[in-house]
Amino acid sequence: MHDKTLTELAASLAAGEFSSRELTESLLARIERLDGEINSFITVTPEQALAAADAADAARARGEAGPLTGLPLALKDIFCTTGVKTSAGSRMLDNFVAPYDATVVEKLNAAGTVSLGKTNMDEFAMGSSNENSFFGPVKNPWDGAAVPGGSSGGSAAAVAAGLVPATMGTDTGGSIRQPAAFCGITGLKPTYGRVSRYGIIAYASSLDQAGPMARTAEDCAHLLGAIAGHDLRDSTSVARGVPDYTAELDAPLAGLKIGLPKEYFGEGLDPEVESAVREAIRVYESLGATVREVSLPHTHFAIPAYYVIAPAEASSNLARYDGVRFGHRCEAPTDLTDLYLRSRAEGFGEEVKRRILMGTHTLSEGFFDAYYKKAQQVRRLIRQDFLDAFDEVDVLMGPASPTPAFDLGAKKDPVSMYLQDIYTIAINLAGIPGISVPAGFAGGRPVGLQILGTHFAEARLLNVAHQFQQATGWHLRRPALAEESL
Amino acid sequence: MQWETVIGLEVHVQLATRSKIFSGASTAFGAEPNSQACAVDLGMPGVLPVLNEAAVAMAVQFGLGIHAEIPEVSVFDRKNYFYPDLPKGYQTSQMYHPIVGPGEVEITLDDGSTKAIRVHHAHLEEDAGKSLHEDFHGMTGIDLNRAGTPLLEIVSEPDMRSAKEAAAYLKAIHSIVTYLGISDGNMAEGSMRCDVNVSVRPKGQEAFGTRAEIKNVNSFRFVERAIAFEVERQIELLEDGGEVVQETRLFDPERDETRSMRTKEQANDYRYFPCPDLLPVVLDRAYVDHLRDNLPELPADKRARFQEALGLSAYDAGVLSASRDMAEFFEAVKDVCGDAKLAANWVQGELSGALNREGLPIQDSPVSAQQLGELVARVKDETINGKAAKQVFQALWNGEGESADAVIEAKGLKQVTDTGAIEAMIDQVIADSPAQVAQYRDAEPDKRGKMIGYFVGQVMKASRGTANPQQVNALLKEKLDALC
Repeated sequence: MHDKTLTELAASLAAGEFSSRELTESLLARIERLDGEINSFITVTPEQALAAADAADAARARGEAGPLTGLPLALKDIFCTTGVKTSAGSRMLDNFVAPYDATVVEKLNAAGTVSLGKTNMDEFAMGSSNENSFFGPVKNPWDGAAVPGGSSGGSAAAVAAGLVPATMGTDTGGSIRQPAAFCGITGLKPTYGRVSRYGIIAYASSLDQAGPMARTAEDCAHLLGAIAGHDLRDSTSVARGVPDYTAELDAPLAGLKIGLPKEYFGEGLDPEVESAVREAIRVYESLGATVREVSLPHTHFAIPAYYVIAPAEASSNLARYDGVRFGHRCEAPTDLTDLYLRSRAEGFGEEVKRRILMGTHTLSEGFFDAYYKKAQQVRRLIRQDFLDAFDEVDVLMGPASPTPAFDLGAKKDPVSMYLQDIYTIAINLAGIPGISVPAGFAGGRPVGLQILGTHFAEARLLNVAHQFQQATGWHLRRPALAEESL
Repeated sequence: MQWETVIGLEVHVQLATRSKIFSGASTAFGAEPNSQACAVDLGMPGVLPVLNEAAVAMAVQFGLGIHAEIPEVSVFDRKNYFYPDLPKGYQTSQMYHPIVGPGEVEITLDDGSTKAIRVHHAHLEEDAGKSLHEDFHGMTGIDLNRAGTPLLEIVSEPDMRSAKEAAAYLKAIHSIVTYLGISDGNMAEGSMRCDVNVSVRPKGQEAFGTRAEIKNVNSFRFVERAIAFEVERQIELLEDGGEVVQETRLFDPERDETRSMRTKEQANDYRYFPCPDLLPVVLDRAYVDHLRDNLPELPADKRARFQEALGLSAYDAGVLSASRDMAEFFEAVKDVCGDAKLAANWVQGELSGALNREGLPIQDSPVSAQQLGELVARVKDETINGKAAKQVFQALWNGEGESADAVIEAKGLKQVTDTGAIEAMIDQVIADSPAQVAQYRDAEPDKRGKMIGYFVGQVMKASRGTANPQQVNALLKEKLDALC
C-alpha cells in the first residue's frame, strides 16, 4: 500500500480493496519500523489516527465518503492541532498543546483525511536542512548522509520514505519546494493568501504559506482543493473562489510559453542539476511548449531583502515566547528579566536567536530606513520582475535548488546555508505560486524542477507539472528504503 | 521672570465596541480575571488578528466630529516591547498612517470665551492587560480581560497654556465622545485617561522648553493638579539655574506630586513596523459620507443652536449642552412644555439642585423629562403657581404620583383664578384682621406697599397656596385702599 500515490489510494479505498484502518495500520507499522532512523516525525498519533480511520470507514459504509475520506497524511509540526503537541521544532514549544486547530487542519479533518502525526522541521521553520530542529536532524531517505532540505524536511522525507502518501508543509523562502526537490517528491507553494495561515505558527507573516507535499502533482491538486479558500480568521487570505484544481490537469501543453530566467542558470549551479533541468525543458518542448530566455534583473537582491524582512517579522512574531503564559519557562526565575532572559535563552536554538537578533537590529531606530524600508522597496521590484516576465510567458522554469541535497553538517556557515535558497526565496517575496517536481538525479540524489506561475495560477502550474509526470517517470522513482516492504 | 506654560495632551479613549479590536472576546468591564481573553488576546501561537469594523467606524466618527481629515488609507503597526501584560510582545497601534488626520476641538473657558485646540491626529490601538501586584505574595498576577480593548489615542498639538485649558480640552473630548456614543467616558473605570506633556518657557520666547510627560492621569481634577505641580517644579528648577530633563513622570494623587519614572536615555526603542497580519484599512468615500450624514449634533453645534434658535444665554446654552444626557433631557422637557427658557430654568434650577443633593446623574433622575415637561407646561399655562409647582416637583421626585396633573389633582393645587372666590377669601381675611387693617389705614401711603404682604400671606394660606398671587395682590390693594 505504501507505494501508491494518494490518488491511487483513494481509488483503492473506494473500490474496497482495503479499509482506511488497514491502510493506517500498515503505515503506522512502517513508521514504527523505519522512522527511528529517518526521524521524520516529532509526534506519531496512532490512537487518533486509528479513530479517524474508523470514522472514515464508517462514513464510507454509510455512503458518505468524499474524495479524500480515509486518506492518511501527516502535518508539519507547525500546524496547531487540538490535543496534540505542536512544537514548531523548538524546545520552546515542546510542552505546547494548542486548544484549537489550524484552518488547514480543520479543513483536512472535515474532508475525512487521517493524520498520522506531526513531522519534523527546522525550528520555527528557520533553516534549509532540517538540522535546526530541537528534535534532531532528519535523514534523506535517498542517502542517509544527506540532509532532506528544510524547513519542511520531515514532511518531505516521510513521503519519500513511503511512510505516508502526503504531508502538509509551509514555505516561507523555499521550505516546501527545496526539501521536495532534495527528497524527490512534488511540493507546491500556493499564492500568498490562497491558504489560510490561521493556526500556523508564524515565522514571517508576509511570506508564510502552507501547501501540499506528495508524490505527484495530481495528489497536490486534490489536497490544494481541500485546504484553499478565504478564511475570516486570516485577514490576509484572499476572498476568491477555489477552482477544481484537478479539472485542467490533462489539458495539453501545445503552445505553452516557458521562460527560463537567465539568472537561475548562472554561477553556483551544479552542472548535473543544470543538465537535468535542461533535459526536463526538452521534454516540455517535445510536448509542444516553446521556450525562451527571460530576465529577472533583481534576483541577486532577493536573499539580502529576504534576510531583512523575514527576520524583522520573526523578531516580533517570536516575542510572545516569553515564558509567561505558555511554552518553556526557566526553573526558579529570580525576577522578570531573569524569567525572560533564561526562558528565551534556553527555549530557542542558535539559528532562531540569530534571526531574532538580525530582525531586532534592522528594525531599530536609525537602521529601519536603511534596512527594512529599503528591503520592502526591493521586494516591490522583485515582484515587478515576475509580473513583467509573466506578460511574456505563461510559466517560468528553473532548478529548485543550485545543488542536490548536501551532506549533514556540510554547511557550517549560516550564509552558505542561506545561499541555498537563491532560486526559491524571490517567489515568496513576490507572493506567486511555485511547484517543485522530480526531474532526475545528480550524484545519485534527486533534482527538482521548479515551475513558477503568476498569482493564483495554481491550476496552470499543476497542469504543467502533471503533464511532465505523464511524460516522465522521475516521480515514480523510490529510494531503496521505500521499496522495502514489511 | 514671567513664565508661560505649554501643554499637549494624549488622550486614550476606550471605544464602546461590544467585542475587542482584533478578536471576538467581550469588552465588558468587571468580569472575573482572564474570563474574557480568547486565544488571540492571549497571543497564542498561530492565531491572527481580525479588525473590528465597529472600532473603525467609531474612530472615523470622532474624526468627523472634530472636522478632521480622514485619510483614505491607514495602517496598523507593531510597537514592540516586552511586558508581562502585553501578551504578544507588541502592541498593535498606528504609528505612521493614523486613521484620523489633523482636526480641531473648541474649548470654552471660564469667562465664556472659546479657543480652538488643534488635534495632530488620532489613531487606533489595542489596550494591554493589567498586572496585579497585590495578593500574590511577591509574584505578579496578570489579568488579560482588558488586553485587546480598542483605544482611540487622540494627540493634541501643544496648544494649551494653562491647567484650566487642559482640563477644558479634556472635558470637550469627553463631551464629544459621549455625544457620539463611541465611549462611555467613564474615567473611574479607565475608559478615558491621558498623558500630559508639560513644559514652561519665558513669556515671549518662541522656542518650547524641554517637556516632561506625565503618564496615565485619569481624572479632570488630577490633570489640573498634576499640571499645577509640574509647572511649579519646572519653574523652580529653572529659576534655581537648573535644567528640565526630558522624562516620563507619574502623578501621585495621594501626595499631589509627580515623580520621575524614566528618562529619555532609558526610553524603549519600539521598533515600529507595519503589522503583516493586517491589511491597510482603506475607507471609501461613500463609507465616510454615510457616517458623516448620520453624525449626531455635537456639543459646539448644539450650544450655538440653543443660543440662536432657542434664545438661551451663552451660560445656559453651555451648561445644557455640556453632556449629551443633559442636552437630551433639556430638549425633551422643552418639547413637552413648549418653552425653552422655562425648561432651561427648571432643568438647571430645581432639577439640578435635587440631583446634586442626591449625587445622581441626570440619566438617573427620578423625575422624567416627560413629567418635568408637563409640570413646566402647567406653570406656563398658569394652572399652578410657582410655589405649588415646587410642591408638585417634590411629589414627583418622591414618587407620589404618576404625572404633574395627577399630583395637582390629588393635592388640590390648581391655581384659583376665579375673582369671586379670591374676593371672598380677601373679605374674610380683612374681616379677621381688624388690627392689621387699622395699621394699614393709619400708615403713610408709601409704607402701605410693604404692609400688604401680611394680607397676601393670609389669603394664600387660606387658599392653601393655590390662589393666583398676582390676582390676590391686585384685589387686596384695591379693597384695602377702598377702606382708607
